[in-house]
Amino acid sequence: MVFRVFRVELSGAEIVVQALKDEGVEFIFGYPGGAVLHIYDALFGQEDVKHVLVRHEQGATHMADGYARATGKPGVVLATSGPGATNLVTGIATAYMDSIPMVVLTGQVPTPVIGSDAFQECDTVGITRPCVKHNFLVKDRRKLAETIKKAFHIATTGRPGPVLVDIPKDITDPNVKVPYHYPETISLRSYKPKVKGNPRQIKKAAELILQARRPMIYAGGGVILGEAAPELTEFTRLLGFPITLTLMGLGGYPGTDRQFLGMLGMHGTYEANMAMHECDVLIAIGARFDDRVTGKLDAFCPYAKIVHIDVDPASIAKNVPVDIPIVGQVKPVLTDLIAELKASGKKPDADALAAWWQQIERWRAVDCLRYDRESPLIKPQYVIEQLWEATRGEAYVTSDVGQHQMWVAQYYKFDRPRHWINSGGLGTMGFGMPAAIGVKLAHPDSDVVCVTGEASIQMCIQELSTALQYKTPIKIVNLNNRYMGMVRQWQEFTYESRYSHSYMDTIPDFVRLAEAYGHVGMRIEKPEDVRPALDEAFRMKDRLVFLDFITDRTENVYPMVEAGKAQHEMRLPPWINVDRELA
Amino acid sequence: MRHIISLLLENEAGALARVAGLFAARGYNIEALTVAPTEDPTVSRMTIVTRGDERIIEQITKQLNKLIDVIKLLDISGADHIERELMLLKVRTHNGYDREEIKRLSDIFRGRIIDVTACSYVIEMTGDSAKLDAFLANLTPGQIIEVVRSGPTGILRGERGLHL
Ligand SMILES: Cc1cc2nc3c(=O)[nH]c(=O)nc-3n(C[C@H](O)[C@H](O)[C@H](O)COP(=O)(O)OP(=O)(O)OC[C@H]3O[C@@H](n4cnc5c(N)ncnc54)[C@H](O)[C@@H]3O)c2cc1C
Ligand SMILES: Cc1ncc(C[n+]2csc(CCOP(=O)(O)OP(=O)(O)O)c2C)c(N)n1
Ligand SMILES: [Mg+2]
Repeated sequence: MVFRVFRVELSGAEIVVQALKDEGVEFIFGYPGGAVLHIYDALFGQEDVKHVLVRHEQGATHMADGYARATGKPGVVLATSGPGATNLVTGIATAYMDSIPMVVLTGQVPTPVIGSDAFQECDTVGITRPCVKHNFLVKDRRKLAETIKKAFHIATTGRPGPVLVDIPKDITDPNVKVPYHYPETISLRSYKPKVKGNPRQIKKAAELILQARRPMIYAGGGVILGEAAPELTEFTRLLGFPITLTLMGLGGYPGTDRQFLGMLGMHGTYEANMAMHECDVLIAIGARFDDRVTGKLDAFCPYAKIVHIDVDPASIAKNVPVDIPIVGQVKPVLTDLIAELKASGKKPDADALAAWWQQIERWRAVDCLRYDRESPLIKPQYVIEQLWEATRGEAYVTSDVGQHQMWVAQYYKFDRPRHWINSGGLGTMGFGMPAAIGVKLAHPDSDVVCVTGEASIQMCIQELSTALQYKTPIKIVNLNNRYMGMVRQWQEFTYESRYSHSYMDTIPDFVRLAEAYGHVGMRIEKPEDVRPALDEAFRMKDRLVFLDFITDRTENVYPMVEAGKAQHEMRLPPWINVDRELA
Repeated sequence: MRHIISLLLENEAGALARVAGLFAARGYNIEALTVAPTEDPTVSRMTIVTRGDERIIEQITKQLNKLIDVIKLLDISGADHIERELMLLKVRTHNGYDREEIKRLSDIFRGRIIDVTACSYVIEMTGDSAKLDAFLANLTPGQIIEVVRSGPTGILRGERGLHL
């Protein structure tokens, strides 16, 4: 351990704030309460760490999470004990499932009363244990700085994730001071994540890749988390292979590029899922073979030999057996793999690859994402296409969970990493708007849009107030179909259209709601008004605009791999007949 | 298949809960678990007996390794190893016949009688779990007052060891 020597003595509360400064933390998203009042007092009057006061602790976690996804830096959260801490759980679990670096500080009742059912006591460490990468209860103020350092170290290295530090109130007592040392680096004997891949495995992978006749690259969130988009792009172009991305990987390879076949999985494109099913070599990169990707496991990629690059050994061969595992960070592994391929002087069989591309182009020609452009109703897909044009494909887009999320994934072609921000693993409704606030704080000069649904947006609607206070003029695109559309779609397909409680009889007037929070609201009901409304909203640079698009409520997300089906057994829209198209 | 996984972990509050929680959350089975500090008081040694096919055991070891508090682990059942479990057993000895018979049996199994009253014995016995099972199978249920078993611990044979 290397210590920067400070001759200062600080209280626990001051240590917390000083440690955040030394860690270079820009923003802390929080909400006060008894157990953290000493810390709030230490935050008072300083400007280095900017505190963002949320309206509900869940909002704080999603803001910190959005900030982390858009920057790669850890998001930082502060909340009080008991209800403050329990309100964080959804947001912590959201970050955990998507491997997002986050450091959460919670207040706890004073050490002497822990375990006595004290006022606002709960076992925060116990409650959060299953949804954090690690957590700590600080019992000695002399270890506070080091523990905070450990938290940042663990959160941001290896497979990232949220780390929680629970701090009893007596530890932050302003009257007890101890010497302050913030370690610059830290090393834990029990935690040494791998960085470089094993050269023998990389060589084997290169050999297999060069023998491929029907190759496929399947990349995911690990490419974004590991800042490896340039390497992935170089690798894919070098080989001329087709590539698909998971929901979490979008932007890791340019969405407008010909080699990109679109997203794969439950709502993936026809060409991506067919190519997965037919490929003979699958190169999985920073993706975790989620069930929304694989479909029925025993019919997944039946002809493929699989290479899997992942920093977490537990992701490898968890759901699907793998032929060549490579444990390491995507970036250095791809760099070494590219070097190995170049050094070999060999290329994959060009004729085989050309024939494979011919097959893929036939699948692509099915044009599975086509929809009715003549409808008098606003089609949600149209809104997203127009959003893409209006923002030149350059906006940061967050979403909530449901049909609208899938339409962004399908129709907004992300060319760059960290621009698509959504909850994939946990699928947390309520994520989108607070996440957008976190993104906007990180990138004040960029367009930041939250695409949402009328059900999801109501789950964290209170953060509209936070958005006003901190001047984060995001744009909210509400695809208002007056249904929990994704639930309704499942009910249509598998429950004979019995729409059990997937419809809300009372939906607020979002225009007036936005206005009540001090923002601009717009309702758009006709297709011809979609683009002008978007353009007008983006012209209002310093206002949050809530665009309430009244969309076709019967629209479904296609293609769809229904539960229990194999990945190539997709349900296509009724207006597409694949047999005829491919004949 | 039965596996014995030995772990070295940080002797921290909550480390045991992390391991137990992992097994519960992922639906893995724990047949037995023992834990105690080692010669280095900052390190605990844990022995877990679990069951599962190869894929599950692979996931269990990977998931355990992922826990920040776990320093090292080894599936010792994959190598030549020694397994020992301690059993303390209290039996009824109502008549001279019982007393003789149980003592003889205990001697055969290399048990030691460490407490005697007019109508009971406490027997101490170590061995692998199968040996303890076999001993118990030789008693009638009416003879047993209580059985306390530590759960197995284990160590590799030869020079190789699990250490920091
Ligand atoms: C309504 C809904 C529908 C969905 N439909 C789909 C769908 O159709 N298609 C789809 O793909 N998903 C879909 N999802 C998302 C799905 O649930 C999963 O979240 C997603 O598929 C996981 O993406 P991933 O495999 O890229 O893994 P991630 O969760 O992003 O995990 C990243 C993987 O990379 C590894 N990793 C992290 N950092 C690094 C690094 N630096 N180097 C190497 N490895 C690293 C991690 O260990 C992990 O294994 C849907 C979600 C919802 C809510
Ligand atoms: C917190 C939470 N509760 C429930 C769900 C289950 N769920 C998934 S999508 C969905 C409906 C979302 O409706 P809406 O926000 O209107 O989006 P739409 O599908 O209509 O686009 C529900 C209830 C969830 N993902 N998250
Ligand atoms: Mg809806």
